Amino acid sequence: MKTTYLDFEQPIAELEAKIEELSEVQGDASLDISDEIERLRKKGVTLTKEIYAKLNAWQISQVARHPQRPYTLDYIQSLTTDFQELHGDRAFADDQAIVGGLARFEGEPVMIIGHQKGRDTKEKLLRNFGMPRPEGYRKALRLMRMAEKFRMPVLTFIDTPGAYPGIGAEERGQSEAIARNLYVMAELKTPVICTVIGEGGSGGALAIGVGDVVMMLQYATYSVISPEGCASILWKSADKAPQAAETLGITAPRLKALGLVDRVVSEPLGGAHRQAEAMAENLRKALSDALREVKERPLNALLNDRYARLMGYGKFKETRGG
Amino acid sequence: MSWFQKILPPKIKRRQEAARKTVPEGLWSKCPNCEAVLYAADLDNNAHVCPQCGHHNRLGARKRLELLLDEGERKEIGGNVLPIDSLKFKDSRKYTERIAEAGKQTGESDALVVMQGHVLGVPLVAAAFEFRYMGGSMGSVVGERFVRGIDAAIKGKQPFVCISASGGARMQEGLLSLMQMAKTSAALTQLAAHRLPFVSVLTDPTMGGVSASFAMLGDLIIAEPNALIGFAGPRVIEQTVREKLPEGFQRAEFLLEHGAIDMIVDRREMRKVIARGVNMLMRKAPLQA
Repeated sequence: MKTTYLDFEQPIAELEAKIEELSEVQGDASLDISDEIERLRKKGVTLTKEIYAKLNAWQISQVARHPQRPYTLDYIQSLTTDFQELHGDRAFADDQAIVGGLARFEGEPVMIIGHQKGRDTKEKLLRNFGMPRPEGYRKALRLMRMAEKFRMPVLTFIDTPGAYPGIGAEERGQSEAIARNLYVMAELKTPVICTVIGEGGSGGALAIGVGDVVMMLQYATYSVISPEGCASILWKSADKAPQAAETLGITAPRLKALGLVDRVVSEPLGGAHRQAEAMAENLRKALSDALREVKERPLNALLNDRYARLMGYGKFKETRGG
Repeated sequence: MSWFQKILPPKIKRRQEAARKTVPEGLWSKCPNCEAVLYAADLDNNAHVCPQCGHHNRLGARKRLELLLDEGERKEIGGNVLPIDSLKFKDSRKYTERIAEAGKQTGESDALVVMQGHVLGVPLVAAAFEFRYMGGSMGSVVGERFVRGIDAAIKGKQPFVCISASGGARMQEGLLSLMQMAKTSAALTQLAAHRLPFVSVLTDPTMGGVSASFAMLGDLIIAEPNALIGFAGPRVIEQTVREKLPEGFQRAEFLLEHGAIDMIVDRREMRKVIARGVNMLMRKAPLQA
């Protein structure tokens, strides 16, 4: 598959085009230009390193939403075996914006739940662009309860622009569905490991994001509101999204510094989509470490820590008395 | 001009006119719903419900608590927890400026006020949102005060009541605000573990991150008539689905019809309904009439 380049990657795109051109010439020419191609390749790597070394928050959010970025089902395929998808909330519908099911991770049974975006137009519509409706969250809840019952860890993968703002979603209680998940995940009696793999869009992301370990891929974002949404409310102009992205503090390193994220999982050069296998391998190691940590702890201690961690969220000052 | 004013010397006349100008504004007010002109004192005596059409006006946090709680001993909780600008957030204005301005306008130090007191003699902890403080938005301070209110309720073996009026999470605290949804919801698991009731009162408006967390987790969920309650704002939905929203969409009556809330209660009946309900949940003797 041909790589899609983002605006700020244009110099890399041009170089890659040149390399491709030369490679074609190489095929039928008698003179050897492999040295030249090799030189350009190295230049391409240096250039990518340079560009990616100083990405701003807005550029990172473009990478997080890259159309070729690996989605939940891609990671399920590369990281697990025996995946059996489980459908439906047993009440209303099967929301395809959230996928879930049983799988084996490093041989051990786990419950996997994640947002799922689509690749082509048809799948995008089917997946509703990764924006769940209440039945999606209720399916997730059902699977979490099942994991608790059968004592298996829950792995969640977060990648959504947000919960769907639609008429039917409101009629069926979007708020309650999200709220219920927050409540249940706070006390779910089995380990929960959450990873933001792409876009962590507000309440729609958090609804499967409460757990014992919260990880983020290096170029994933996690935010209370999309930069565009924030810009149109506070600046009255969506054009200010880059400024909003910067000030909202949506990137993995910044959120780790704030203590809201435990671990940042490195991405390959140029982002997860450039080398999906390498990305999956990094994620496997991180998940494996996290699982080992939580499994070593007695369940009571784990739940106490989870609660303490939730109560620790927030930054404020305190005066005497009151 | 009356015959009496005509015979008054000019000096006195002038003074009277001046006096009339200083009559405080807001002595009369117009109902935003039926446009009836109402005497402010009447409105105040009627819990700010329009005596003509029953419209429930929005109320500030302290006024809410004053109306809810019995007179006498009240103790404020978490008033010493104050906001800070941990992200150095700046849009067209700095977050610190917005904090200062909201404080000046409302006399509050953040958007939630929590008090321990009684309702018809039933001891409880009550929290109320101040919508005029940055749209009643939930940031770190709101979350922390909420949790301290729950801690006090657990300590005193009392129910917890929260009266919501909020646009949702506070953007100026970024992801810290989002996490308050998780924090407040988690705290309710502890209240539940002690078998203490949580009563969630939804008033106009209760939206976004507040609606999608503790507000929808009440053992009893009570809404005021016609309150706007929902996850996404009506404008956002309209832009997304590109169709006109149905009449009464996201209003309290709509939520009742769709099974999202237990009941709609007139503000003037709120004290009785809450006290009676929590008393039964806590298996206590009936209220003395």
